[in-house]
Amino acid sequence: MSMPREESLLEVRDLGKYFGRTVGCESVSFDLWPGEVLGVVGESGSGKSTLLKCLSAQTAPDRGIVRYRLRDEDLCDVHALSEARQRMLMRTDWGIVHQNPRDGLRFGISAGANVGERLIAVGARHYGNIRTEVTDWLQRVEMEQSRMDDLPGTFSGGMQQRLQIARNLVTQPRLVFMDEPTSGLDVSVQARLLDLIRTLVGTLRIACIVVTHDLGVVRLLTHRLMVMRGGRVVEQGLTDQVLDDPQHPYTQLLVSSILPV
Amino acid sequence: MSGVASAAGGKTLAGYNFAYLDEQTKRMIRSAILTAVAIPGHQIPFGSREMPLPYGWGTGGIQVTASIIGADDTLKVIDQGADDTTNAVSIRRFFSKTAGVRTTESTREATIIQTRHRIPEAPLAEGQILVYQVPIPEPLRWLEPREVETRKMHALSEYGPMHVQLYEQIATFGRIAATYDYPVMVHGRYLMRPSPIPKFDNPKMDRNPALQLFGAGREKRIYAVPPYTSVKSLDFDDHPFSVESWEHCCGLCGAGASYLDEIVIDDKGGRMFVCSDTDFCTQRQAQGFRGPLNSEAAE
Ligand SMILES: [Zn+2]
Repeated sequence: MSMPREESLLEVRDLGKYFGRTVGCESVSFDLWPGEVLGVVGESGSGKSTLLKCLSAQTAPDRGIVRYRLRDEDLCDVHALSEARQRMLMRTDWGIVHQNPRDGLRFGISAGANVGERLIAVGARHYGNIRTEVTDWLQRVEMEQSRMDDLPGTFSGGMQQRLQIARNLVTQPRLVFMDEPTSGLDVSVQARLLDLIRTLVGTLRIACIVVTHDLGVVRLLTHRLMVMRGGRVVEQGLTDQVLDDPQHPYTQLLVSSILPV
Repeated sequence: MSGVASAAGGKTLAGYNFAYLDEQTKRMIRSAILTAVAIPGHQIPFGSREMPLPYGWGTGGIQVTASIIGADDTLKVIDQGADDTTNAVSIRRFFSKTAGVRTTESTREATIIQTRHRIPEAPLAEGQILVYQVPIPEPLRWLEPREVETRKMHALSEYGPMHVQLYEQIATFGRIAATYDYPVMVHGRYLMRPSPIPKFDNPKMDRNPALQLFGAGREKRIYAVPPYTSVKSLDFDDHPFSVESWEHCCGLCGAGASYLDEIVIDDKGGRMFVCSDTDFCTQRQAQGFRGPLNSEAAE
């Protein structure tokens, strides 16, 4: 008797991106497993945002490879896919929750249409069914159903982030990228949003890569952690281990700066 | 397309080339038209010229007509279905002066029909060409203002946003509210704006024996639907596309299946419904058909 071995969802090897002589990110390698939440932490300029862009096919890396396991297929080189397939991937199997809701939502169409658009993009053509699924998802992110026909601009920052999450999760993606998903929000709003994300991601077994400068977010949300500085990963491991027993001097500094005095 | 030869006929305005445009410009526009015919529904850029009419008067349609018209063509021009509006009369006069061609109000007699906002009720035949005046050619513009992005959406057939617009209409009004310029898929491939014709006319575009050409002057785009090409109006499974219908028939000719305009007939608020296609209505009356408000005229 042997347990079926699960295969990795994402494999990253020796990823590098340069802006002239400046290092964006360099020598980044890791595997991500289905349902796993990986945190990438660092100060601004540490390369974490550049890394996220390279991983999510928004920017082509200068070296290295990002392989993603498509449904029922082998690993594919994300950056070798045609643009059509990349865009399809982003609308179906992937999700991206942006820091600024303006980058992730369409402000000219209703909240419900923002969620419905992803379903329509993958071929849904029955209005009633789309409506039902949108309603269901707005409930799951704890938004009022009565407001589904309102424009995103009429919602609070926290609600806009919930809407982004619903828009991304409605197609049941297997991998979601999150770029500072809670920054700029009030502390209490932040806590409730993080709680929601953790519950949804856990229940649906969605793999996530969460980029943040906030160790509180990392502690609450992620299983594993990479600490970046100057474009390189200086330490990685299980989140609790890295935060409780940091090995690298930089991580020690980072951790100590948030410790309550 | 025997423009140069016929210009020598002497019936056209002195100092201008046949049909106003110079031959080089015509060749350039014809080349765009041929490309458009080869890729049904796809917008082709062209170097739009200044015309002696203001934008909004159908300069795109006029340039297309000027490029394809020959001395032996017969031209009909309609505006909202009528041959006698200022716009239609001006365009007809323009071609009769610059090309010396025959003009007509009869849909059947015309070889080229330039139109704003309607497709004639009488069925078109092989060999006829319908030229549409188009104000805004890009169907995705409402959602995506960036040209680079809309071009990419066409290239990759990413047409979800158009259904999002229909979704919004159903959410707001309980039904698809668009009544004109209703988006269509051409040949199962390209999303196209049919210009501001009523959706009533959309089914006429489907597998029409005539060649349909679309010219947008200000936005410098030409597109086409070749004869017998499939043209399908977008909809949802549970909100299928349907056309307008009227409780009344035409007050003048009694037609029960034509597109009707409501007109005020006296200063006491009296109204009647009549065919928007004046040629269609006149022909029917000439054949003896009478509507309920036309009994006196019949005597
Ligand atoms: Zn009539």
